[in-house]
Amino acid sequence: MLSYVALKVIWWVLVGVLLIGFAIMDGHDMGVGTLLPFVGKGDVERRVVINSVAPHWDGNQVWFITAGGAIFAAWPAVYATAFSGFYWAMLAVLWSLFFRPVGFDYRSKINNQVWRKTWDIGLFIGGFVPPVIFGVAFGNLLEGVPFHFDENLMPYYTGTFWALLNPFALVCGLVSSAMITCHGAVYLSHRTEGDIQRRAKMAATVFGLVALVLFAVAGVWLAMGIDGYTITSALNPGELPNPLGKTVAQTPGAWLENYHRMPIAMAVPALAFVAGLGAIALVRSGRTLLGFVASSLMLAGIIGTAGVSMFPFVMPSSSDPTSSLTVWDSTSSHLTLNIMFWAAVIFVPIIIFYTRWAYNVMSGKVTVDYIVKNQDTLY
Amino acid sequence: MISNQLVDLSRLQFAATALYHFLFVPLTLGMTWILVIMESVYVMTNKPVYRDMTKFWGKLFGINFALGVTTGITMEFQFGTNWAYYSHYVGDIFGAPLAIEGLMAFFLESTFIGLFFFGWGRLPKAQHLMVTILMAIGTNLSALWILIANGWMQNPVGSDFSYVTMRMEMTDFWAVLFNPVAQAKFVHTVSAGYVTGSMFVLSISSWYLLKGRHIEIARRSFRIAAAFGFAAACSAIVLGDESGYTVGDAQQSKIAAMEAMWHTEPAPAPLTLIADIDEKNQKNDWQIDMPYVLGIIGTRSLDKQLPGIIEIKAKNRERIVNGIDAVKTLEALRADPNNDALKAKFATEKADLGYGLLLRKYVSNMDDVTPAIIDQAVNDTVPHVAPLFWGFRAMVGLGFSFFFLFGSALYASIRGNFEKKKWLLKWALLWLPFPWIACELGWFVAEYGRQPWTIFGVLPTHMSVSALSVGSLYGSIAGFLGFYTVLLVVEMYLMIKFARLGPVSHDHH
Ligand code: HDD
Ligand code: HEM
Ligand code: HEM
Repeated sequence: MLSYVALKVIWWVLVGVLLIGFAIMDGHDMGVGTLLPFVGKGDVERRVVINSVAPHWDGNQVWFITAGGAIFAAWPAVYATAFSGFYWAMLAVLWSLFFRPVGFDYRSKINNQVWRKTWDIGLFIGGFVPPVIFGVAFGNLLEGVPFHFDENLMPYYTGTFWALLNPFALVCGLVSSAMITCHGAVYLSHRTEGDIQRRAKMAATVFGLVALVLFAVAGVWLAMGIDGYTITSALNPGELPNPLGKTVAQTPGAWLENYHRMPIAMAVPALAFVAGLGAIALVRSGRTLLGFVASSLMLAGIIGTAGVSMFPFVMPSSSDPTSSLTVWDSTSSHLTLNIMFWAAVIFVPIIIFYTRWAYNVMSGKVTVDYIVKNQDTLY
Repeated sequence: MISNQLVDLSRLQFAATALYHFLFVPLTLGMTWILVIMESVYVMTNKPVYRDMTKFWGKLFGINFALGVTTGITMEFQFGTNWAYYSHYVGDIFGAPLAIEGLMAFFLESTFIGLFFFGWGRLPKAQHLMVTILMAIGTNLSALWILIANGWMQNPVGSDFSYVTMRMEMTDFWAVLFNPVAQAKFVHTVSAGYVTGSMFVLSISSWYLLKGRHIEIARRSFRIAAAFGFAAACSAIVLGDESGYTVGDAQQSKIAAMEAMWHTEPAPAPLTLIADIDEKNQKNDWQIDMPYVLGIIGTRSLDKQLPGIIEIKAKNRERIVNGIDAVKTLEALRADPNNDALKAKFATEKADLGYGLLLRKYVSNMDDVTPAIIDQAVNDTVPHVAPLFWGFRAMVGLGFSFFFLFGSALYASIRGNFEKKKWLLKWALLWLPFPWIACELGWFVAEYGRQPWTIFGVLPTHMSVSALSVGSLYGSIAGFLGFYTVLLVVEMYLMIKFARLGPVSHDHH
């Protein structure tokens, strides 16, 4: 069995991998959903857009579900504290996701324009709302969240829902929305042709640039205006997790500390910019598949930046810093981390393997012609 | 302190969303295998009618699956949103099967369902069949893992409480995996799903036969459903949950309540068919018994005793009294974690810690406990008898009715004269809703029968909730009810529309 400390760090990486996997896979069909009302004019074009993701969106959504399950198994304290604290935000995510399974499956089953347009709005909500809320949630994590534990380790959130919607968090929400929309547009330009492809390329450029500019703004804001957190007590990362067993202080500039200590970490935000610009250039020059790889790397860079800046914090508490959750004290037991590590090592490659196969089977451009010929069997 | 109202509303929301999820789950579980059977026949015989059957029933299956996914997402996150203390307290054990379910099952079913629908023209026949099989395996694996998680709540094996982390921690993964209660639940629950899928196909096929429409497909579907359904009904009855009974304490207090068995009966206990229950005085005014049957089902022996409610309560009273000491020692130990005397003391007391925590519903400080409060807590330890007693009987009664219906249908399809038996076709059509009712009753019995615990003997329901405001709960319950009502209406509309349309629409393209 790997050492407890090693497993704690590995699980920090693995949660990151699952979140990035979620952004890459479910992100592209959420981006497609966001763009649906805008890049598809008329019913047939919209069906082209929808059918570019139709066979895959459900498998992709499992990245989200599994990320949730993995956080439950590896960081139960985070699962408990974050989801109950962000109660209404979480419900807004769930409720907007409700529109997707039914939207995809039911929309084209009835040939009525009002019916179909209603589901198009539903698919837009299901694509647009979750990334915004995830961005806002990350913004709040970076700022610190007002919560504390009582002596039995029951978590209490003492903020309000509206407090989550502060200016910095909203900028993070926009970064998240723009990057996901860009990513969806890149995917769409790979799977479509003609007018839709032209509009998708345009959207990829615009949203890609917006994402990078706002990412830079958020970075400067974080560096200049937001206090980070540091652990001030002596630390033994191999100890049994006890979120109340340390002291924490809020200090200006603490979120830059990891970059000072390990300058190589600068590569993560740098990757976001390089890959983002690369994605735009590649898509415009018609190399859309490589563009997709690049925009995936951009997502990895942006999400990774948030993670690297906060390490070892996962969910700092602004009202009672001692209650902050870190990589060292919010994990499950040594045994569970080990079992889940092996489960991930075995299954993630298998999943990637058959997902690739599924995409291969369905590869090629989705065209207007294809939709018209398969009216009744396609979405 | 957590208010009773908050707890009740949290339970209401969980029960409503879970029961709702399980409207769609059993049909998915059963239909995937029926699709596998139909498509296998197609691949073996090469008759296009079987391909059309697979596509037609597949379409109805897809309409159902969409809501299965929609409502499943709620379930995955609801432990965190509404059961925060529970998630902290048992996430170390409970989270693992949930995460493995995602990795091993959801990815499989959800990736291959896409190819099932869209891969027809693109995959060779055998490969498409393989896709359908993998999808079916995925759905059934998902049932396995979630029931391992749920079985652990009934019979919490392979784990131990840690006073440092203030939670249960896994000590033996294999014990959790091979928990006999979980295995029994798995077999019974998937069988219930196969019954449901078979009834769906049998009923709709009967309806076509009565109307004289789509005869070719209806006849073949009827036969497949009759055979598969008969096997499933037998398995739901025979392999049922009985094997889980004697294993855990949870099953003991549940079975006593389900059977309205107030006193320990001399072995082998009789099975009560019906009774006039008087909860207040803890007795039945009258009852009709079948001698020996319960003892044999419940203990699979003639000499082991099943304890009655009054005896179970007496034992629980002792455990609650011991539990008070356990809670006090734990508090002292948390204040002075290196005290070896306290550690040793706690080790002897902690088996009853959960029973002490039952008192937290009434007092936060164990010094305030009075004998009257102990009485209340003792009474809490056995759930209300009447709803369990009747809920269980209704499920079992329906189970036997399925046995006879599928039995008759199978017999008639072997004889080849089922099309002429109008009474049989009408019966099958009329019986469409009952597997769902049986499933919901089953979950009611299993979950309500576990009260007052979320984790039996370990964590009381009352302590498990998130510290939310009552207003938040009203809001979210209203939201779920609103969404779920609209979704159900839309789903039923499409289901009925496409069932009426029948497979003909498919032959056009
Ligand atoms: C015995 C079976 C069973 C039980 C008790 C449950 N489920 Fe379920 N669930 C399934 C059997 C299933 C399934 C057959 O695999 C579903 C149902 C229909 C479907 O589409 O897949 C599904 C779908 C489903 C999904 C969507 C998966 C996807 O996108 O493919 C999630 C996230 C959950 N479930 C989660 C849960 C949780 C957290 C439960 C516990 C509280 C739960 N389910 C109870
Ligand atoms: C989908 C099938 C299920 C149905 C229909 C169902 C039904 C119910 C019902 C009716 C209750 C309320 C009991 C009461 O408060 O009186 C309940 C509670 C609960 N169930 Fe289930 N359940 C299902 C599956 C599960 C599974 C698989 C798990 C865990 C893996 C689970 C965990 C819980 C929890 C945590 C509660 C809340 C605490 C409680 O009230 O006991 N349920 N469920
Ligand atoms: C006549 C035969 C039957 C018997 C003896 C039986 C017995 C039981 C028992 C004792 C439970 C509670 C288990 C627990 O507390 O953990 C249960 C649960 C359940 N039953 Fe049945 N049942 C029968 C038929 C059926 C049928 C026909 C269906 C549905 C078609 C069904 C669906 C369920 C479900 C979904 C559950 C909840 C899951 C579980 O606990 O396994 N049962 N059954």
